[in-house]
Amino acid sequence: MDVELRGITKRFGSVVANDNVNLTIRAGEVLGLLGENGAGKSTMMNMLSGLYSPDEGQILVDGKPVEFDGPGDGIEAGIGMVHQHFMLVPVFTVAENVVLGVEPTGKMGYLDMKRARRQVEEINEKYGLHVPPDELIEELSVGIQQRVEILKVLFRSADVLILDEPTAVLTPQEVHEFFGIVNTLKEAGKAIVFITHKLHEILEISDRVSVLRQGRITGEGYPKDLTEADLAEMMVGRPVSFTTAKNTATPGRTMLELEGVSMLDETDDRVLDNVSITVRSGEVVGVAGVQGNGQTELVEAITGLERIASGKITFDGENISHASVRERHKMGMAHIPEDRHKSGMVDSFTIAENMVLNNYYAPEYSKGWAIDWQKVAETAARYCVDFDVRTPSVFLPGGSLSGGNQQKMVVARELERETKLVVASQPTRGVDVGSIEYIHERLIGSRDEGDGVLIVSSELDEVLGLSDRIYVMYDGRIVAEFDNTDGKADRNTVGLAMAGSFGEDAA
Amino acid sequence: MSEHKDLKSVNEKMRSLMARTTHGRDDFEDLVIVPLFAVVVALVFGALIMLATAVDIPTIGRSFVALAVGSVGSLSAWSETLTAAVPLVLAGLGLGLGFRAGLFNIGAEGQLLMGGLAAVIAGFSLDFLPMVIHLPLTLLIGAAVGAGYAAIAGILKATTGAHEVISTIMLNLISFELLNWLLRQPWIQREGRSDPISKSVPDSARLPQLLDWISPNFRLHAGVFVMLLAVAFIWWLLFRSKVGFAFRTSGENPSAANYAGMKASLVIVLAMATAGALAGLAGAAQITGVLGRASPGFSAGIGFDAIAVALLGRSHPVGILFAGILFGGLEAGGRQMQVDAGVSIDLIGIIQALIIVFIAAPLLVRAIFPWGFRRSSKKEDAA
Ligand SMILES: Nc1ncnc2c1ncn2[C@@H]1O[C@H](COP(=O)(O)OP(=O)(O)OP(=O)(O)O)[C@@H](O)[C@H]1O
Ligand SMILES: [Mg+2]
Repeated sequence: MDVELRGITKRFGSVVANDNVNLTIRAGEVLGLLGENGAGKSTMMNMLSGLYSPDEGQILVDGKPVEFDGPGDGIEAGIGMVHQHFMLVPVFTVAENVVLGVEPTGKMGYLDMKRARRQVEEINEKYGLHVPPDELIEELSVGIQQRVEILKVLFRSADVLILDEPTAVLTPQEVHEFFGIVNTLKEAGKAIVFITHKLHEILEISDRVSVLRQGRITGEGYPKDLTEADLAEMMVGRPVSFTTAKNTATPGRTMLELEGVSMLDETDDRVLDNVSITVRSGEVVGVAGVQGNGQTELVEAITGLERIASGKITFDGENISHASVRERHKMGMAHIPEDRHKSGMVDSFTIAENMVLNNYYAPEYSKGWAIDWQKVAETAARYCVDFDVRTPSVFLPGGSLSGGNQQKMVVARELERETKLVVASQPTRGVDVGSIEYIHERLIGSRDEGDGVLIVSSELDEVLGLSDRIYVMYDGRIVAEFDNTDGKADRNTVGLAMAGSFGEDAA
Repeated sequence: MSEHKDLKSVNEKMRSLMARTTHGRDDFEDLVIVPLFAVVVALVFGALIMLATAVDIPTIGRSFVALAVGSVGSLSAWSETLTAAVPLVLAGLGLGLGFRAGLFNIGAEGQLLMGGLAAVIAGFSLDFLPMVIHLPLTLLIGAAVGAGYAAIAGILKATTGAHEVISTIMLNLISFELLNWLLRQPWIQREGRSDPISKSVPDSARLPQLLDWISPNFRLHAGVFVMLLAVAFIWWLLFRSKVGFAFRTSGENPSAANYAGMKASLVIVLAMATAGALAGLAGAAQITGVLGRASPGFSAGIGFDAIAVALLGRSHPVGILFAGILFGGLEAGGRQMQVDAGVSIDLIGIIQALIIVFIAAPLLVRAIFPWGFRRSSKKEDAA
């Protein structure tokens, strides 16, 4: 099935999200979609799925114009979308989730789960998805959940699959498997639109690439003729540097120290096992590891979101083992949370409100018991300018920002404040190359001003590029430590330690 | 990146970012059009129900005229409407604040009873005080007792996780029985009476009547000013104060509130107590402004109607003010309707319930009045 967008324009108030866009999606082809944060990629794809309707222009399916009038219409026409935020019921099984809303029914209208299961198995088989049909969603990893989303649209017999930043939440291994599935789908004649901010992924998997800038298509090409640098320049309009320039660190006093910290989960499993690390002022310390090996819990322990079972945490000389989130924040700890959407922001609050979400009580924003919103708005506007958060006004809801701009809003809030320690979890998730460059500069800037910086990222390149020292976590423990002054840590050795092979300690 | 931007363009950019955006059409639809149409649809359905129960058309016509006249048709009608609105708005403000903080408090009725009862006791036992102290103190005691009563549910939730819907329902039941029992205690019960009725509140603790110089039948009392002050105060609390910011964050996204260092247990207890204070104040205002004494069931379901008022007002203080006046009008008009057209006042209850149904189902309202809404909004809503 081929789909064509012709002269599509979509506005949100004064924002022109898509401006006279022409785009063709062909069967048996992977179309890579690139563009800065807020360029209009998600908006364009939401129109294909029927979620939004275009203000101007036409959508043609196999040459015939179609009108989408609601969220269900896209899938009815054979266009399925996998959103970045999954829409699955955690307490349902895979099969139940897949058939939800289009349940196969028996003679008397009862739910025929047997048939549903069989159909799920067939699709599983056909595209090599390897999803266990009877497992509960909440038991599955993010990577498998994503495949359930893909299964869902395939079950509804989609011929066009739109994948909005599917790899942002995957581990490198999962990305590899995911690409295998994309190739199978392509060979089966499906048309695929793949949105990502990772340029090497575009080069690796897509047959054709279109670049969007400020709502307009500004470039098209074939990855085989292009390099990452070309793509970046097409996107941003200037050359982008992929390596962060930084001087050698000059570490000072110990800013953060964990001594034998352990944490238990609800079932009394040890999710942090006797972890000891230090972060000194003026250095960037990276925590590498395959997702799910205790990094999330480590950050929760440091920031006070979860109680520790034993051990001691010291922050700038003070014992904070049992200090509250607020106390740690007041002492100068910044925290860029792993999942901005879940905990870093409130969708319905204005950008201004979100910019002081955890700092609203500070004296500079206070008028007695009240918040000085004028002052907050000024601050928010300044942060937006500094971090290039693209919005017409700081009084719009945070949820109206594009995904990457939401991330920049959260990062701006945490990095602009006077701090002593920055705990950054996946700081550049969903952010475009130009903004990654800037966020990295700012993180190094914090280091050079004497902050301790702790970076937790599933992007090994990000950890290697920024850190002066690297810890590797595996199964809730620190299993290796590497000196990375002037980038001397060996990528392969770090990678091996992440995989659980840590015979010799490289530190 | 930022250091290359020259200062002038940065300033310009900041200024444009800080320009106030006009309220989106979606907000307007949500806050004004949906409730308005809900009311209209409910009235139409009310007429249909009358038809179905074999009321003839002229009578239906007469009842709607009576409804209009009895609620807004004269000064006395306005007096009745506003008198009924005072406790509804006060209690509704508390409930709306709770909703904003993510708490579904069903206990306004009980908190209102306890507040009213406390006001009665403070009224007759502190009768040696001059009015300037006695009246405010009585209202304050009513609010404090309401706050304390609601805080029980808050503390239960914060410490044990007991759901506030269940615990406030239980607290309502306890308050009904407690009232019945207390009204028979000699130190409360009026001398020489065997039925459960309290002593009267002396004039020094009564909210002054505002229109009694026109006619003694005009019951409007100074509680309307208390109501307006409360609207302004809750607006400030929710949208301007630090505490209100924590309330709203906790209601919208508890895990973000946690991340932001807001203490969930503290927010729960504080929000419950504030809601209870307002319900208690509603009870105290009803006692000191209208009733003058307590009898079994003097709360008359105001605490439950206030839930509807808070929902109709979309948990916004100004919305609640208008919703409360509307419900007050329905009540005043409903009485007139019963007198003039002989239609049962229960019909008003049905209309009120229908309003809530339609408010709770905005998509239904949008489907009935497609021309009232922008075409695309349906989709964005569903998204
Ligand atoms: N519901 C909405 N209301 C108002 N503005 C919106 C809405 N959705 C998107 N926008 C605006 O439209 C523009 C395009 O947003 P879109 O989400 O399509 O960007 P994107 O290319 O997907 O960016 P990202 O890479 O950050 O995800 C942005 O400026 C955004 O602020
Ligand atoms: Mg997007």
